[in-house]
Amino acid sequence: MLGAATKKRNEPTEKRGEMTDSRPAGTTSTEPVTSTAGRPAKTIETRGVNLFYGDFHAVEEVTMTIEPNKVTALIGSSGCGKTTFLRSLNRMHELTPGARVQGEVTLDGEDIYGDRVDPVAVRRLIGMVFQQPNPFPTMSIYDNVAAGLNLNAKRISKAQKDKVVERSLRGAHLWDEVKDRLDKPGGGLSGGQQQRLCIARAIAVEPEVLLMDEPCSALDPVATLAVEDLIGELKSRYTIVIVTHNMQQAARASDVTAFFNLDATGKPGHLVEMGPTETIFTNPNQKETEDYVSGRFG
Amino acid sequence: MESSAQSPSAFGASSSSRLLASGLGARRRTVNVVMTALIAGAFVLAMIPLFSLVFEVAKRGIPGLSVEFFTEDARGVVGGGGASHAIMGTLVITGVAAVISVPIGIMAAIYLNEYGTGRLRRALTFFVDVMTGIPSIVAGLFAYALFEIFFGPGIRLGVMGSAALSVLMIPIVIRSAEEVLKIVPNHLREASYALGTPKWKTITKIVLPTAFAGLVTGVMIAIARIVGETAPLLVTTGVVDSMNTDPFDGRMQNLAVYAYNEYRSPGVMKQAAYDKAWAAALTLIAIVMILNVAARLVYRRYKTEIR
Repeated sequence: MLGAATKKRNEPTEKRGEMTDSRPAGTTSTEPVTSTAGRPAKTIETRGVNLFYGDFHAVEEVTMTIEPNKVTALIGSSGCGKTTFLRSLNRMHELTPGARVQGEVTLDGEDIYGDRVDPVAVRRLIGMVFQQPNPFPTMSIYDNVAAGLNLNAKRISKAQKDKVVERSLRGAHLWDEVKDRLDKPGGGLSGGQQQRLCIARAIAVEPEVLLMDEPCSALDPVATLAVEDLIGELKSRYTIVIVTHNMQQAARASDVTAFFNLDATGKPGHLVEMGPTETIFTNPNQKETEDYVSGRFG
Repeated sequence: MESSAQSPSAFGASSSSRLLASGLGARRRTVNVVMTALIAGAFVLAMIPLFSLVFEVAKRGIPGLSVEFFTEDARGVVGGGGASHAIMGTLVITGVAAVISVPIGIMAAIYLNEYGTGRLRRALTFFVDVMTGIPSIVAGLFAYALFEIFFGPGIRLGVMGSAALSVLMIPIVIRSAEEVLKIVPNHLREASYALGTPKWKTITKIVLPTAFAGLVTGVMIAIARIVGETAPLLVTTGVVDSMNTDPFDGRMQNLAVYAYNEYRSPGVMKQAAYDKAWAAALTLIAIVMILNVAARLVYRRYKTEIR
């Protein structure tokens, strides 16, 4: 259907009339890529995903592959369903009363919406960082980072917990700033630090995929740069999907970009085009995409 | 540079200055003063009964206070004795009522706020609203009737009083706990879910600790509300002169009924009895005040600033 570019396994992106792709033909997107921690990062695939809030059809027929160890950016104008789609990837969408999911979402082949799948288990594997930093106000910085471990079933010794907390805070580039005040409350940091704390908290449980919903939109430019650098580093260990309405950020920080759009208000959002970031921003296939990235509408 | 058409005279003297000429004119100033006076006067008027009450109770109650009042009960004495049994009784009855009401109330609030949907939730909210309006004597008669089924007529137990007070206390606890739980922002729950935490653990480890100070304050205010209820206790706990700290063992005196009794049946030494009645009332007021102040202090000390 015109306007919906789908990416299938083992096939390069199709262009109307031409075959071009930045990757050599024949590379599969599903080879497990070993992360530096020795665990393979996983691929998320969606097939025909439709999302509803009650009767309202919010997102229509999204079929895409999110590649491991890459940063995939979801861009599009406000209200086109990018956040809704993101939240369906770790089963947060269904927490809204009346929300429904149709279609298939698989994590390395396993359907996360299967009948016997526990959503709690899914969320331990697919973590999320939100737009507004939300450290737990009743807990210290240390406890915030360890919250994922404390709140899940895991029982680990204090020494191990210390190691995990330090590793996560180092991974989030926050260790040096807070190592002397780990027992201070989590709410006493600046916005950028709080967001990095939330990232540390998310990676402490060692998920396989990290979803980020406009993580920098509440931050100043310096903090934004710090978080973007962090994302660039994290992708070597995790698969990252980031929703952003800031196109420059998508251009800077992502490897693959997916452009969502609405036909009109009240219509469902859909995936227009998806491909390597450089292609999307310099030489997109669809005119809609070109109009959006060049700022003709937004 | 020359200024515009206005003459460079002193501020306010220029005729073309519209703002300064209109100003806070005399009329507005008068209205201001009158309204301030009226509102302040209304406040004073509202405070008069409160202060006069406290003053009267203190004036009449202090003569009744003594070491004896707090340490001895009224067993076998005429005109002397104290109210220690009543004070202990109030503490025990209210304590047991709190032990019954707080878990039930908070868990019901958790259900209503975190889990409830649809018709059951609406029905429960309706019934809680109805229960907040139950007259206290009705609660007392209910508790009496309930225990009469099991223990026969004429039964009087401390725990019956607690049951009656629970009926009054539970809806108050539910209401205030629900309000406090609603204030906990949803994004904290979402952050917890996103870490892969089950819902019940999110509630016990994130929502309740965040709401802790508000919950404690709500409970303390609920206790302060019921600590002086007399009617239900008249029909459930009876009147007795000796110390009884076992809620399951017969009659138990309490401050409210004690005050009533001393006033109604003062016996031979009337003035002493009246003094003790006023002293009991003063003690009750003191307990309520202490609870309210403590509630505020706890809230300020333990509240969670949610940025």
